[in-house]
Amino acid sequence: MSSAPSVHSLWMTAAGPRDKIPTPHIEYGQLSPVLIVVGAAVLGILVEAFLPRRQRYAAQLFVSVVSLAAAFAAVIALAAGDYGTSKAHVAAMGAIAVDGPALFLQGTILLVSLVAVFTFAERRLDPQTHGNRVDSFAAQPAAVPGGEAEEAAVRAGFTSTEVFPLLLFAVAGMLVFPAANDLLTLFVALEVFSLPLYILCALARRHRLLSQESAVKYFLLGAFSSAFLLFGIALLYGYAGTVTYSGIADVVDGQVSRVDPALAQTMGNDALLLIGGAMVLVGLLFKVGAVPFHMWTPDVYQGAPTPVTGFMAAATKVAAFGALLRLLYVVLPGLRWDWRPVLWGVAILTMLGGAVVAITQTDVKRLLAYSSIAHAGFILAGVIATNKDGVSSVLFYLAAYSFVTLGAFAVVTLVRDAGGEATQLSKWAGLGRRSPLVAAVFAVFLLAFAGIPLTSGFAGKFAVFKAAAEGGAGPLVVVGVIASAVAAFFYIRVIVLMFFNEPKADGPTVAVPSALTTSAIGIGVAVTLVLGVAPQYFLDLASQAGVFVR
Amino acid sequence: MSFPLLTATAAVPAIGAVATAAVPAAQRAAAKWTALLFSLATLVLSAVALVRFDPDGGQYQLTESHDWIKDFGVRYELGVDGIGVVLVALTALLIPFIVLAGWHDPDRLETPSGGDSAAGRRWRPTQGFFALILMVEAMVVMSFQATDVFLFYIFFEAMLIPMYFLIGGFGDGAGGRAEGAAANARSYAAVKFLLYNLVGGLIMLAAVVGLFVVTNEDLGSGTFSLQQIAEARSAGTLSIATTTERLLFLGFFFAFAVKAPLWPLHTWLPGAMGESTAPVAVLITAVVDKVGTFAMLRFCLQLFPEASKWATPVILVLAVISILYGALVAVAQKDIKRLIAYASISHFGFIILGIFAMTSQGQGGATLYMVNHGISTAALMLVAGFLISRRGSRLIADFGGVQKVAPVLAGTFLVGGLATLSLPGLAPFISEFLVLVGTFSRYPALGVVATVGIVLAALYVLVLYQRTMTGPVKAEVRGMPDLRVRELAVVTPLIALLIFLGIYPKPVADIVNPAVDHTLSVVDKKDPAPDHPATDAGWFRYSPKGDHAPGGDK
Repeated sequence: MSSAPSVHSLWMTAAGPRDKIPTPHIEYGQLSPVLIVVGAAVLGILVEAFLPRRQRYAAQLFVSVVSLAAAFAAVIALAAGDYGTSKAHVAAMGAIAVDGPALFLQGTILLVSLVAVFTFAERRLDPQTHGNRVDSFAAQPAAVPGGEAEEAAVRAGFTSTEVFPLLLFAVAGMLVFPAANDLLTLFVALEVFSLPLYILCALARRHRLLSQESAVKYFLLGAFSSAFLLFGIALLYGYAGTVTYSGIADVVDGQVSRVDPALAQTMGNDALLLIGGAMVLVGLLFKVGAVPFHMWTPDVYQGAPTPVTGFMAAATKVAAFGALLRLLYVVLPGLRWDWRPVLWGVAILTMLGGAVVAITQTDVKRLLAYSSIAHAGFILAGVIATNKDGVSSVLFYLAAYSFVTLGAFAVVTLVRDAGGEATQLSKWAGLGRRSPLVAAVFAVFLLAFAGIPLTSGFAGKFAVFKAAAEGGAGPLVVVGVIASAVAAFFYIRVIVLMFFNEPKADGPTVAVPSALTTSAIGIGVAVTLVLGVAPQYFLDLASQAGVFVR
Repeated sequence: MSFPLLTATAAVPAIGAVATAAVPAAQRAAAKWTALLFSLATLVLSAVALVRFDPDGGQYQLTESHDWIKDFGVRYELGVDGIGVVLVALTALLIPFIVLAGWHDPDRLETPSGGDSAAGRRWRPTQGFFALILMVEAMVVMSFQATDVFLFYIFFEAMLIPMYFLIGGFGDGAGGRAEGAAANARSYAAVKFLLYNLVGGLIMLAAVVGLFVVTNEDLGSGTFSLQQIAEARSAGTLSIATTTERLLFLGFFFAFAVKAPLWPLHTWLPGAMGESTAPVAVLITAVVDKVGTFAMLRFCLQLFPEASKWATPVILVLAVISILYGALVAVAQKDIKRLIAYASISHFGFIILGIFAMTSQGQGGATLYMVNHGISTAALMLVAGFLISRRGSRLIADFGGVQKVAPVLAGTFLVGGLATLSLPGLAPFISEFLVLVGTFSRYPALGVVATVGIVLAALYVLVLYQRTMTGPVKAEVRGMPDLRVRELAVVTPLIALLIFLGIYPKPVADIVNPAVDHTLSVVDKKDPAPDHPATDAGWFRYSPKGDHAPGGDK
């Protein structure tokens, strides 16, 4: 819907010859990261269907790791080929943007997912059941919890290797989400990555009812937010007569004077723009987990299998913030006097709300959930900056934050007692005495969350606050600093618990993980420290990637 | 490229921390010796820096400068002025004594209560204790040397973490409570310490961001380099609006006032010093807190001279309140360590008073005071620590007649105490006198009120001595051993230094004074015209370079 046709266009088109429909022009090379992952996901389903059960685990792990690594290599190749800067353009007939932010975020998502695959594949933490090594996922998810079918599945040593293709589908959706250049692609990508996540949330091996409850909550609220998004898209179409980002932006800027006759009643109607834009924002802020759309976060983070929580907390946030940035900076920059005050409010609520409520939490996973809400608020402060630094600081923050999150949740999987993971905070008392190394690693992640200098959290926080201050959001920086202080309190409380409290007699033990989880945690620590001490290279990368294509 | 002396001074203790932490669990003695050797090596390096520093040379010497994070305008810039180099030396001097005094502090944690033997092997308190002390030293040294605001901020904040573990993880078990209650009190003190300082630091972070925005607007690229900012200001390319400057000043000052600590932000100090072991308490008050007062001189006054002058009246009043309040509360203490903590608050009041009196005597005295207070508090607190570890109690009421049983201990305690109350002939007297003179020449009323602090100091020190050391020998005190060789090795050099600097402070004063004059010239303050020109000669025969004052022979 790029050009407004004449009055007679309706019947002219109907009578037109069929062969005038153009073949879509797809730049396969530039879309290769997404295509590789989707292909691998399909391959994973074939593996599930045709390989014998005992070979599936190795095959799935191989397919996942190789495809994610290959996709990452493709992203690097594209970036090296200047697709992030001078050759940035819109591919796939206007559906997908290949530009700096998209490539940076895709690279981040792919690396995060690669590390997440390691935690998905961990099979040494749970004690062996009936001689089989098991992972964090239910033996047979379809079986009723506690029923006979489940017991039989456990006895037979079934494992849910289908989590790997599900993960890959989710990754594919996440790769498209921040690159989507029209609203319909955006919506499709959202659904493609959300649906596998709903399922993954329900697959926990232990506490299955809690897990299923979390999945239902996530699904219902997620569907609700999708509906908002879709309704918003419809209204925006009514306003602009197109769903492409650049088309809407042109109408917002008043560069389009001709009116689509079919939409003569609605086009250019600011009410539609404002309501539609607000609804699309609601849909995205839901995925980001911003107050007041955060209600799902603690329940879902707590109920989902911990590897899934880590993946979701890290990768979803990256993808969703990417999409939010593109929408606000490409489609609605002309409207920023309208959305900035609203986002100011949302950011303040999110920072303070997340930090304050986190103080009262007694469960590690819920604590991390609320902390992720507070961090969403900090990132929003960078989004509000509406300058080039705003984009690059958000990109950097997302990269830094996602590895800390992934590492922190990986540590949570290690601390176990008879009932599986011991997520009750009180059980963590004295962990520093029992296993100083694990406690020290977790402390590093907590300090990074708290934004203590020489960790990636500090560099990220400084970057977004700097951008926000330059963008004229000084008061937001002050609120952010206060929220950081509040947040520091509960991170420190966990450290106190681990190091200064006496261990309890029936406390949890720390399982010795395989090389998979060890490397996931190791990568998390390494990235946290490197981005904290020598962030320059990555800041350069982020600032080169800071320009959207339109 | 010349040898990066300043980097080495900070790197040696950092490497020492790693090396100490890496010593196997069974070899506790080796860990202690490693820590001691590395702290002595640092002392040697800082002595070299002190010798190579030329008091009449440029403002910042031994400088190093490298790019670090270009996007944030952050450079790895080190340099010391007279004040910095002296404080680095003080830090490096005190750490070996702290290590030596704390030789047996972590021992009582070595047998974990209720833990299995495997856990005991992994939990290595001795290694941790000494590694953390060295880590704090490295960070403190870095913050004395950084001439980039951001670099300073990073270490200013990061030093909280090892400090926090030192306070929360290692107590002296002398509070007269069950171990569980003591652990709770300790972690409460540690958390309070951390939160106070973290909040201060975060508010400073907002001001640091603000500074970047301001420099970015005027200079095209944001910078945190003190030298660049000073140059730009004098060249007129950088101008900060009055309101902005005041807000930024407040952001910085708040953090430093928490750290220093200034009334009413002081409440974390007594708990932190009371609950931690004596060497850690010395580390807090004599080393870490000095960063706060040092930063007021280096950053508040030099970056925001106008705002400093604007805020001076309020700060002076707060400083005087600190002096009196700290001294009064010290008089009423029942706990020896808390008493010393409140005495420190009083002394920090003097230091801040001297800094913001904006006279050369005041600021020179304040800088000397930082050094002398470090040494005198270390002497008093470490001897108090020896005393407390013998009796297993911190309460004054549990002691009595110690001087008959352990005369050397009592004698050294008395010397430390007399230094704390600024007895003439001991080092703190000169600095306190200079601060008061400097204050009096500009703000006579405040000078008079602050003098009351000295009287109160005599009260709390002498009453403390009287109650613990004199009188009939209490039953529990009987048989208390006198100072051992290791303890004498800690106390003797400190007391010798107190006496030496009390009689002949010129070496330190000569290094410090040009830096103080420079700071004053930045704030554009001159000493009030003297009533009698003959006194214009300065003190200790020092006068600024090129200024041939009548009556002064150079």
